Amino acid sequence: MSGEFKSGRIVIVGASLAGLRAAETLRDEGFTGELTLVGDEPHPPYDRPPLSKQVLLGRVPAADVGLPARRQVDARWKLGVRASGLDPAAKEVLLANGERLPFDRLLITTGTRARPWPHPEEARLDGVLTVRTVDDASRLAERLDAGPRRVLVIGAGFTGSEIASACRERGLAVTVAERGPAPLVGALGGTLGSFAARLQRAHGVDLRCGVTVTSLLGSNGRLTGAELSDGSRIDVEVAVVALGAVRNTEWLDGSGLAAGPRGVACDAGCRAFNMYGIVTDDVFVAGDVARFPHPLFDYQMLALEHWGNAVEQAEVAAHNMVNPGPLRRPHLAVPAFWSSQFGLNIKSVGVPTFSDQVTIAQGSVEEGRLVVAYGYRGRITAAVSVNRAKWLEHYQRLIETAAPFPPEPGAADRPTAPRVMASDVPDPKVLSHGPTVALTGHLPDRRLAVLRPMA
Amino acid sequence: MSTETLLERINAYENRADPYPLYAELREHGVAQQNDGSYLVGTYHEIAALLHDPRISSDVRHRSTPDAARPDALPPSFIALDDPEHDRLRRLAMRPFGPPHSPGRVDALHEDIVEIARELTDGLRDRDRIDLVDDFAYPLPVTVICRLLGVPHEDMPELRGWTNTIIASLDHSPGEDPQEKQRAGTAARMAMGAYLGDLAERRRANPADDMISALVHDDGPEGRLDKPELMTTLTLLTIAGHETTVNLITNGMLTLLRHPEVLERLRREPELMPSAVEELLRYEPPVQMLPQRTPLTDIEVGGVIIPQGAPLFLMLASGNRDPLRFEDPDHFDPARRDNRHFGFGSGVHSCFGAPLARVETQVALAELLRRLDGPRLVEDPPPYRHSPILRGPRHLPIATDVRAGADA
Ligand code: HEM
Repeated sequence: MSGEFKSGRIVIVGASLAGLRAAETLRDEGFTGELTLVGDEPHPPYDRPPLSKQVLLGRVPAADVGLPARRQVDARWKLGVRASGLDPAAKEVLLANGERLPFDRLLITTGTRARPWPHPEEARLDGVLTVRTVDDASRLAERLDAGPRRVLVIGAGFTGSEIASACRERGLAVTVAERGPAPLVGALGGTLGSFAARLQRAHGVDLRCGVTVTSLLGSNGRLTGAELSDGSRIDVEVAVVALGAVRNTEWLDGSGLAAGPRGVACDAGCRAFNMYGIVTDDVFVAGDVARFPHPLFDYQMLALEHWGNAVEQAEVAAHNMVNPGPLRRPHLAVPAFWSSQFGLNIKSVGVPTFSDQVTIAQGSVEEGRLVVAYGYRGRITAAVSVNRAKWLEHYQRLIETAAPFPPEPGAADRPTAPRVMASDVPDPKVLSHGPTVALTGHLPDRRLAVLRPMA
Repeated sequence: MSTETLLERINAYENRADPYPLYAELREHGVAQQNDGSYLVGTYHEIAALLHDPRISSDVRHRSTPDAARPDALPPSFIALDDPEHDRLRRLAMRPFGPPHSPGRVDALHEDIVEIARELTDGLRDRDRIDLVDDFAYPLPVTVICRLLGVPHEDMPELRGWTNTIIASLDHSPGEDPQEKQRAGTAARMAMGAYLGDLAERRRANPADDMISALVHDDGPEGRLDKPELMTTLTLLTIAGHETTVNLITNGMLTLLRHPEVLERLRREPELMPSAVEELLRYEPPVQMLPQRTPLTDIEVGGVIIPQGAPLFLMLASGNRDPLRFEDPDHFDPARRDNRHFGFGSGVHSCFGAPLARVETQVALAELLRRLDGPRLVEDPPPYRHSPILRGPRHLPIATDVRAGADA
């Protein structure tokens, strides 16, 4: 078919989960040309979720988190080299070692890095760490092995909470400092946030909310303590900075792409936009670094740091890179992620922050097993389960079909209509009003979005 | 067109060997209401929706016309209960069986399974004719489940008798007097529960290295199973761990003998076995339907309202052949990708023993392919068991070339 692209040169910048899955998909789809992967870490692709979980518990050595290859990928690997620029006119990627890599099609999967502690000299203190790479995780695991008297975790998002959980499981004293009113509140809203706060305290975490760490203190280059905005001071030997992620887009400065701190903007088919909002046809984006419009969420540009999104988006991008227009697919997967902490399994589908109301649809806070459904203007947009993951598929279907919120009562474990509350997502985005969109089809090539008039 | 309802035709024994054309007809109908007020669902996406819908109950006591003949002295086991009760019992039963508390239990059985399969195939060595069911597919999983649970070998025949009676009582297809079947089923359930309950008591006093001992000595945060719960849970595990795997192994061999090119391919590419077993679970699933579901409130599916309390049959084997979900669904493709079949159900009741069943079947088929020389079907189709729910051959006669004095 014309427009097929099965030979030529493809460069993938970013050799982690998304890059690897894209490379595999390209070969699966019959791409026989030259394939090059560039990664700034010296390691072959590995799996990140265990880094803040099993690795910190010492159950899995950091060296053992390799990603299982789905197939042998015939490609050139350039590992341990950073990409430093992109010349879109010459169609070349510039590498930090001065090399230039010409391409016919480019895929950007550079992902994110840990947001560093804002004060560089404090960040350099021995004992101040972040967790993003396998090297980070093994350093932290070593620190924890040494049995520090207290660990400070700065930031109680998912990563911070998982690290705190690992510390408690190892019997280490831990203080968590969170600027917001509760852990996880930024991602999951007030109901689950206060649940998480109780959970952490019940597990012996010294949880301090509504405070920031104003400075990290050291002596002889070693971390000794921290000062908090409420005036208190704690003695710690290890501080883990878990302030979220920074998107790796600096190398694209000056490339003319719509790249910035919030990611690289692309269309639903993973084609990058340039700074004028014109879609390019030879540069594609996938994974944590991509921002893409999702019809279920009013075409807001979503940037997701989710394992599943990286895989699915990489597959769509790779497919679209080598197939002509009519065969291209949209990336319409419903966002999903999971976390394990404090003995609980938390799983989310949809976008919980895209909500104005919540309700406990199944189970209860008292049981410690529940499903919270999130609604926005009368339709269901997300659901989060705690130790109830198997129920989530039902809610995913409701989200995909733009089913009404609150969900109909009658569940065996929630027979009466539950109470609806404000979702309490801090700093709610100003959400625009639009027609409702539902998804149809479950096979990748049959997935479509359909518009529905507002009920 | 016959005046019988689809369900009656699916249940009719003469259709046992090949129910698939009836399922195709069912998918044409969408959600099919039967004369007796029950509903059949045979399309993949609708089955998936219902299997995950928390308003669908597995507890038949929610039916508007509850089974009159079921006032058992024992409560239902967790396969027939809803959350949160189902969830609590399943978790307690899982603690000694699988991750996170017992991640090594199934792995530890792997060697045993290989050894049992070897012993059984050793016994077939000098025979040019075997019945795969009686000579191999039945004894293998039964020996495994007994070893897992810690049921003494000599008690296996008795368990087999009770199991058969209980399975027959689930079967509402025409045949013997239903009242009588129910009565016998209740009696067998009581007897089996009492036997397993006593065994558990003995293990409480004298623990051994088996799952029953682990179960009765487990002191998790949620306490232990009480006596009736132990009785019903162990009965469930014994039965569920039994007939289904027998049928998967038998259906597997039958399917491979009908597709000699796949059989040869698996001999050449043994690493394909796990995916071939998944395809078997899709193509010839041992559990053809789930006959015990009931909506707790009126539920709309596929444009039809299924009323609260109506008997609802989810036709897993039909969903597995739905062309809207699977490409070329009637084709047996051992390397099929994107194969999210319903062989083990889906949702909160999805098969508890799936990891074990997978290992057993993979080992069993690999061993058979390795040891049987020139296997051929003697009879096609073979004679089937009665049940349309747990469907599989009663016997599977196979002829082989005897290798004079040969060894593996
Ligand atoms: C090939 C073999 C097997 C097949 C095809 C199979 C199939 C199934 C299916 C379809 C269900 C869902 C029932 C429902 O939703 O109502 C189920 C549930 C179950 N299976 Fe299996 N099974 C197999 C082997 C086993 C084994 C070996 C065990 C025990 C060790 C086992 C234990 C169970 C239990 C306890 C349940 C109930 C789960 C619940 O209600 O939460 N199964 N099985």
